[in-house]
Amino acid sequence: MRNNMNVASIDKRDTFSRVAGQAYLWLLLLVLYAPIVLIIVFSFTKSKVFGNWTGFTFGLYENLMTGYDYDAQVRVDPNLYRAIFYTGLIAVVAATISTLLGTLAAIGIYNMRQKGRRIVSFMNSIPMINPDILTGISLFLLFASIGLTRGLWTVIAAHVVFCTPYVVLSVMPRLQKMNPNIYEAALDLGATPRQALWKVMVPELRPGMISGFILSLTLSIDDFGVTFFTKGSGGLETLSTFIYADARKGGLTPELRPLFSLIFLTILVLLIIMNVRARKVKSEK
Amino acid sequence: MMKVFQNRRSWAWPYIVFLVLLVILPLVLIGIYAFTDIEGHFTLRNFIQFFHKTEAVNTFIYSIAIALITTIICLLLGYPAAYVMAMRSFRTPAVMALLFILPMWINFLLRTIATVELFHMFNLPLGEGALLFGMSYDFLPFMIYPIYNTLQKMDVSLLEAAKDLGATRWQTFVKVVLPLSMPGIYSGIVMVFMPTVSTFAISELLTHNKITLFGSLIQRSFGEGGILMWNYGAALSLIMLVIIGATSFFGQNDTETESQKGGLL
Repeated sequence: MRNNMNVASIDKRDTFSRVAGQAYLWLLLLVLYAPIVLIIVFSFTKSKVFGNWTGFTFGLYENLMTGYDYDAQVRVDPNLYRAIFYTGLIAVVAATISTLLGTLAAIGIYNMRQKGRRIVSFMNSIPMINPDILTGISLFLLFASIGLTRGLWTVIAAHVVFCTPYVVLSVMPRLQKMNPNIYEAALDLGATPRQALWKVMVPELRPGMISGFILSLTLSIDDFGVTFFTKGSGGLETLSTFIYADARKGGLTPELRPLFSLIFLTILVLLIIMNVRARKVKSEK
Repeated sequence: MMKVFQNRRSWAWPYIVFLVLLVILPLVLIGIYAFTDIEGHFTLRNFIQFFHKTEAVNTFIYSIAIALITTIICLLLGYPAAYVMAMRSFRTPAVMALLFILPMWINFLLRTIATVELFHMFNLPLGEGALLFGMSYDFLPFMIYPIYNTLQKMDVSLLEAAKDLGATRWQTFVKVVLPLSMPGIYSGIVMVFMPTVSTFAISELLTHNKITLFGSLIQRSFGEGGILMWNYGAALSLIMLVIIGATSFFGQNDTETESQKGGLL
């Protein structure tokens, strides 16, 4: 009897701490999501000032899509669209270069002897440790010293700097899992080195390359600090630097609200897909 | 060409050259600029100038304090969250961990601006409080994720053993769970402290330029002042670099910390 009571009281305590724990998580999430919910809510009103509710409307979404504000008879800031375009362009180009460079590097590093591997791995970790302001300033000084005019290409180079290490780290585990002899086996069976690379190595490494590429895309799109120091004064803006300039001027371009609501939803959907895929891969193993 | 393909070690060379030119050399340049004047002569004036400006030194100390406080807040808020998510007894759905990472995909500047709006709505003043709230808010996931990861990998049988041997819950936590989660805590501390100590945009937005942090001080040296301030800015950057180096040393295993960061994104 006494024993039974003990069990019951432990159960009760378990339930209590479980409920308290869950409540804590939801409270934290509530605070974490409050600003985002705010952005989404205020994307459905047309006030110029963020935080002013002037009635429900899809007006801002229309403005964003058409590039023209019919109520105010003005164009939506064309710089916004240029910023969107350049954010995408820089992300895709930098992620592509990073993926190629990083995959080759990972194969090379994997085949190195202990000492060389350690040195290159250390160098590879520097851009990941370095805060964006230091990466930005060091590259700024480099471009200034060699007299390079900063612009699109310097930004892309800078993004490759901080993206490639993550590609190396995503590809490396695939290499470690791969049978090291299959490349040689392909060569022995008469494949040219190029064929062996494309038909044997790349398919094996593809999952790592894809996650490295996606990681690079998100890092590039989200970057502010490095872009800020390497974009130069030629008028090149990405979304991050555009928002920063906007905020310093005092007013946020209202169309940013629907833009980021859409981006958030897209990412939500993508994440769910990726999560489902990851689980499938895991269960296949 | 044949030879190059066969010796796969050499495939790393393009990247090694790239790293030397765009990572090592630029960092060396910070050092060179820091110890020279505008004409390129060796000087310690840039550092002397910094240590003589009470305002600059105060900003430096203040920034480190703010970064430390932010890190502590994140640890105090983040550890229980990671614990609840990782421990089976709480039966947290797996998707919860994802929900904590999701906000990171919204541009952090925009999130920061939204936070400022939130403060406006509740009529709260923008200042130190807003700064600490905003930074903790921005970097909390960086603390939760590595701790969650180490806790999740923990061997559950250890907990059962502790329980069987008569340890109370509290004892089990202090003597078993906490020591085992130290690597995650270290990673989390490094991952929160480094970006907060070096931030420059967030603080401007959160305090409407009322509070200047060390990062902003560096940024301004490369802004309006033009070329005249670069050497001074480089000296400040070098000081920052030393802090970052020391912090990453504290993190012990950098590659692990960084792959955590990778996993987070």
